[in-house]
Amino acid sequence: MLNVSIYRYNPEVDSEPYMQDFEFDTQGKDVMVLDVLEKLKIEDPTLVFRRSCREGVCGSDGMNISGKNGLACVTPLSDAVKKNKLVIRPLPGLPVIRDLVIDMSQFYAQYEKIQPYMINNTPAPAIERLQSQEERAKLDGLYECILCACCSTACPSFWWNPDKFIGPSGLLQAYRFLADSRDTATEARLANLDDPFSVFRCHGIMNCVQVCPKGLNPTKAIGHIRDMLIRTAT
Amino acid sequence: MANIRTMTFDAVIVGGGGSGMRAALQLAQSGYKTAVITKVFPTRSHTVSAQGGITCAIASDDPNDQWQWHMYDTIKGADFIGDQEAIEYMCQTGPEAIFELEHMGLPFSRTEEGRIYQRPFGGQSKDFGKGGQAARTCAAADRTGHALLHTLYQGNLKNETTFLNEWFAVDIVKNSDNAVVGVVALNIETGATVYVKSKATVFATGGAGRIYASTTNAHICTGDGIGMALRAGFPVQDIEMWQFHPTGIHGAGTLVTEGCRGEGGYLVNKDGERFMERYAPNAKDLAGRDVVARSMVLEILEGRGCGPDGDHVYLKLDHLGEETLNAKLPGILELSRTFAHADPVKEPIPVVPTCHYMMGGIPTNVNGQALTVDAEGNDEVIEGFYACGEAACVSVHGANRLGGNSLLDLVVFGRASGMFIEQQLREGIELKDASEADIEAAMAGLNHLNNSTGGENASVLRAELQTIMQNYFGVFRRGDFMQEGITKLAALRPRIKNVALGDKSNAFNTSRIEALELQNLFEVAEATAITAEARTESRGAHAREDFQERDDVNWLCHSVFFPSDKRVGKRGVNFNLKTREAFEPQIRTY
Repeated sequence: MLNVSIYRYNPEVDSEPYMQDFEFDTQGKDVMVLDVLEKLKIEDPTLVFRRSCREGVCGSDGMNISGKNGLACVTPLSDAVKKNKLVIRPLPGLPVIRDLVIDMSQFYAQYEKIQPYMINNTPAPAIERLQSQEERAKLDGLYECILCACCSTACPSFWWNPDKFIGPSGLLQAYRFLADSRDTATEARLANLDDPFSVFRCHGIMNCVQVCPKGLNPTKAIGHIRDMLIRTAT
Repeated sequence: MANIRTMTFDAVIVGGGGSGMRAALQLAQSGYKTAVITKVFPTRSHTVSAQGGITCAIASDDPNDQWQWHMYDTIKGADFIGDQEAIEYMCQTGPEAIFELEHMGLPFSRTEEGRIYQRPFGGQSKDFGKGGQAARTCAAADRTGHALLHTLYQGNLKNETTFLNEWFAVDIVKNSDNAVVGVVALNIETGATVYVKSKATVFATGGAGRIYASTTNAHICTGDGIGMALRAGFPVQDIEMWQFHPTGIHGAGTLVTEGCRGEGGYLVNKDGERFMERYAPNAKDLAGRDVVARSMVLEILEGRGCGPDGDHVYLKLDHLGEETLNAKLPGILELSRTFAHADPVKEPIPVVPTCHYMMGGIPTNVNGQALTVDAEGNDEVIEGFYACGEAACVSVHGANRLGGNSLLDLVVFGRASGMFIEQQLREGIELKDASEADIEAAMAGLNHLNNSTGGENASVLRAELQTIMQNYFGVFRRGDFMQEGITKLAALRPRIKNVALGDKSNAFNTSRIEALELQNLFEVAEATAITAEARTESRGAHAREDFQERDDVNWLCHSVFFPSDKRVGKRGVNFNLKTREAFEPQIRTY
């Protein structure tokens, strides 16, 4: 039997959070962490977590699994169980609503701050705007972000300043628009980021890169933004 | 109103997937007070899982491509019960809707000329079936749904749409004229219930693939809109038509895009034979999905399946080379490695037909207005009620949807619904207010659940429901089996009505949501079962062993399921093309 230790907190009944132990019979199978949670929820209907696509593209079930942020649906037990023990906590650094469900408002607010949409005020052509394959390739590794918050909630700089530091996810998206040949708001976007906190609180710790379930590299994107900011300053 | 808070909007959209957000965008741009009620944060909606692309004649791959060819393919793919007026509208308007998405920033893959990349998909042809395979599916690698959904969310942020995120619509509020005047909704985080009042209520609630045990659909695809509509006494159309996607990963159910076969992949049986050459000599692996799915099941039933249990076939991609796979199908490599433990660069992916898409839904016209049928068989608009996307049956997919047409459906008709409602609002919409009793009526189901004592576990009941649907209403169907399935469902109804609520708290109570979703799933399942048994022919995705031929004399029509007396009626197919004479039914081969 696998020992599963899960963070529990229901604001209506618990004065403080606690870890609850469950036993889980894997039947020798290397199932996903989400499968474990789904089965345990049959036994205990009060266990609460988010989930949707169960294939790693919707970003609902980001959580801290045996010490590392990841998506429960694409994390097999073989990657997460240590000494027959699986420990599941909510993503760190943001308020907990209940059990494994966190309040992501601050995370979304930082995303919205970078104006995450195409800005191009030139008259649109009758067909698509042309973009070369090389220009489009610059968006690879950026547009795939699923907003799961695994990266930002693994970032000590974000823990300290979740209201002022955009965080790796938001900055990855900021660069996604800076890098897009079709976007014409580069100057305004950089001006919007040009303060001591928004970008420069990144200290290159690279926790974001280590945990991203999509294999993206926010640190690299942040480096590009820094370069652009420094270049516009000189 | 006593006891319940009211929020008022000009338009409320239930569902934050592709169609809902496209409709919302249109209305937000018009300046009308619009809200989107969505049970998950919008980018977690199931549109995000769409992979291969969005089919549309934008004439990038082939400068001479014509939307009329796309229209022909869609009508044929639908096995001739798609409404031709709606298909014409979709195929003709499509390019405009695609270019809008591109202008909004959707990161499409590109051709050498810098245009949007298009790949071949199943059922596509040039020159009305006479010019060979077309490549008409616009793609952002194999993550088109993700790119589209995020782009639409971004567009809505830009236009400051009001989102009620993680709110669950419970039931429809009708006034004394039987018009829809909003919904009762539940704030999942706090447990508060609110009457969301609106002059226009748009259901963009997506599909219900979770009625089956094996599905490509997300956990959240529970047919909430269909369940609500049926409980409100409104009919659903062609609900027996369920698409089984040929390539779900064996065991896991996760989708492997048809784009794999579009890029040159193919299916093999245990002997390594490319068996689709036998079933569809021309289109082979790119025949209609219904045709490919049936062929796979026949291979398996005749003992040529793969694996120790001979219960799946293989999708071979390794011959395409690592470079192509990395560039064109990176998401598939990831999914296959994770869920099939197979690296497509070196080995084939084990796949099996898996429930994927609901062709049926709430009947609507091209403006998204929900319809019912009166005693004389005439269409009648349900005032205040609209539907678009998978929840609607407009009907562009008929008995079988073509790959890449769902994303086009949801942007074109999300947009059309939004534009029509905008115009209606401008002209002025007068609906009688709901009475206290009307709102109480919409609260009844939730109150019953909240007051439940005892009952059975929702997960257990859901599994039972899914097994019945899988066993009795799958790829191949037979009358006596289906009758047995209907009897089993009837026995399940009271048990599901009295489902246990093992968690009564208010804070983010997902058990309450799952219980409500289960009740919606049940309504969809029962409507599917009764209608499937009634349609005594084989057409598109509906394949009967006891009625193997298509019966155009009796069934060249939509089925309409009326929930009040569980009756199956018929509704004429629209053959009124505006730009040319209608396409008459022909024998459908690939």
